[in-house]
Amino acid sequence: MAYRHFEFIEKHAWTLGILTAVMVSLGGLAEILPTFVEANRVKLAAGGKPYDPLRLAGRDIYVREGCYLCHSQMIRALRFETQRYGRFSTAEESIYDRPFQWGSKRTGPDLARVGGKYSDDWQRLHLMDPRAVVPQSNMPGYPWLATARVDGADIAARLRTLRTLGDPYTETDIAGAAKEVDGKTELEALVAYLQGLGIANEPQTAPAAAAAAAPIAGSSPWARSGVISPVS
Amino acid sequence: MTSAECYNDRVVRLFLLAATVWGIIGMLLGMYAAAELAWPGLNFDIPWLTFSRLRPDHTFGVIFAFGGSALMGTCYYVVQRTGHTRLAWDRLAEFTFWGWQLVCVLAMATMPFGITQSKEYAEPEWFIDILIAIVWIGFGAVFFATLARRRIRHIYVANWYYGAFIIAVGLLHVVNNLALPVSLTKSYPIYSGVADAMVQWWYGHNAVAFFLTAGFLGMMYYFVPRQAQQPLWSYRFSIVNFWALISVYMWAGSHHLMYTALPDWVQSVGMAFSLVLLMPSWGSAANGLLTFNGSWHRLRSDPAAKFMVLALVFYAASTSEGSLMAIKTVNSLSHYTDWTIAHVHSGSLGWVAMITIGSLYAMAPRALGRPAMHSNKAMELHFWLHTAGTLLYVIAMWIAGVTEGMMWRATQPDGSLTYAFIDSLLAIKPLYMARWFGGVLIWLGMWVMAWNLWHTAADARRKIIQPVPVPIPEPVARQTPAPLPTSG
Repeated sequence: MAYRHFEFIEKHAWTLGILTAVMVSLGGLAEILPTFVEANRVKLAAGGKPYDPLRLAGRDIYVREGCYLCHSQMIRALRFETQRYGRFSTAEESIYDRPFQWGSKRTGPDLARVGGKYSDDWQRLHLMDPRAVVPQSNMPGYPWLATARVDGADIAARLRTLRTLGDPYTETDIAGAAKEVDGKTELEALVAYLQGLGIANEPQTAPAAAAAAAPIAGSSPWARSGVISPVS
Repeated sequence: MTSAECYNDRVVRLFLLAATVWGIIGMLLGMYAAAELAWPGLNFDIPWLTFSRLRPDHTFGVIFAFGGSALMGTCYYVVQRTGHTRLAWDRLAEFTFWGWQLVCVLAMATMPFGITQSKEYAEPEWFIDILIAIVWIGFGAVFFATLARRRIRHIYVANWYYGAFIIAVGLLHVVNNLALPVSLTKSYPIYSGVADAMVQWWYGHNAVAFFLTAGFLGMMYYFVPRQAQQPLWSYRFSIVNFWALISVYMWAGSHHLMYTALPDWVQSVGMAFSLVLLMPSWGSAANGLLTFNGSWHRLRSDPAAKFMVLALVFYAASTSEGSLMAIKTVNSLSHYTDWTIAHVHSGSLGWVAMITIGSLYAMAPRALGRPAMHSNKAMELHFWLHTAGTLLYVIAMWIAGVTEGMMWRATQPDGSLTYAFIDSLLAIKPLYMARWFGGVLIWLGMWVMAWNLWHTAADARRKIIQPVPVPIPEPVARQTPAPLPTSG
């Protein structure tokens, strides 16, 4: 009976191959296509900008060094997370992250809102020699960042590529990029990036909206309500 | 009736050698990275030796270099034996070997120097990705062309899995690595933020599904019945499991992104399908284990069979653990902790490495023209080193993961958090040391295997082994494709 049909498939390599390709495509199509559509609807709050050249250089150093292997940038919508790290992360905040930096493992703490939590000096010291500031830490030092310079022409090329991909950089941004990073070390760029995390692109950080924590739920298709209980 | 046509075992032997070498390199990198977490001084402030630069080399080395070489080698072996035909296109097959080795060397020589996309398990930059795609198409062409010239009309189940592995990994690789290059050494993915997260974990999860599961199930379906010297417990059951596994797996990727900014409905769909996935996973494991019914006594004398049985037990255990961790409530505790690392390694050291080692021990003497492996005692020693190392590793990381999860969420009666983040790191530090020691045992086991294979390959090295002739079966009426004429 039904086995006859399977038998046919198992005797014809092309049928087997094509049916396999169809079956493995369904799940991806069903989940990825709608996600693209929804992701396209996500917009930064008014005034939100893509990374400026120095912070972009810093972001790319963060990516190059593999920081994402031990640090997440995704505060989950769970009370003990928001209590430790701050407001939960939303989709808007990572629209300029290529690749996304949500991470999958926390050997160190989440960094989604680390910006401004420590001074620039602390960040520099910590990156040069983590155990000089946190004796029990197992983070490696990144002292080579202090001597390496950011390449201005390369950063301009990066902005141009990102503009091709749809990030809103203007011709003026690209023309001025090399000058903005001129003479900066990779360490300075990375610290600038870290100090902007959770601040520059955090939605509703405009003064008027800062106090309005309640309307966040339901304000976009990404927000969820009823997940976070107020801190008692 | 025999013919002058012989199996192409040369390319199989090359992959066997490559798998052994990459296994030792990949696991050495893992051992070193594990040591760095326990003793951070080992980074020595050298960029390419730093943990964050080295970890992608470890994962690429064990998954794609070790696992990939073992999969391609066994795939070429199995498709010839089950189809009673020589591999199609000898030179293309040879190209896939050298091409894949070039991919592995290029990837592992660039990533520690910062030439990386930093997408987990898809780190190599765009020019290596193009080479991977070319080699992969060649691999698929050799495999399907060999199927097309098979002399056995029915395609044996192991080949369905190898086929699904080739098709799905090709699809995943291309879609996930679409990027726009800035220069030779830097590119940006065309996806960003949420879309990138969804595509990345659709890829990451299904790299596990089709590289680390379907491919190795292909290995299992051929070598387990071979080693048990019995037919598969239920052929019909394997059909159900095959179609269920390949269609359900693809839906489950979003369980890597629970409670994140990914839309809720996608998270829930991922969780539901992850639970359904338990059925085909256990189905395949049960089918393999029940194949040993009636020949369990072999476990007493055959270390290869022991590796296979324990691999299937670990497969059943780690897939049920995976489904458990995909439940949102459990995930809120396990995500971001070392429990994930425990789960990955119970799958990779328990299931993937053990089925590979068992299959290599079963295949190597046949491909190397010897009646058996050089030393049974050495295989026995390898089995116990690997098992002890895996258990030590996995148990240490389970305890570490649950400890972290509990400490991160612990709150005082007044609602404030009990622990600072650093407290959780201090609590698990001894476990990082235990994990490293488990890794050392596993790595030593790989050296024992290499020694054993080296001696088993003595005749092959002296080039005094005869190629194995293809047995030509009696012709079947109206066979499609038409059987090849007997040559010679």
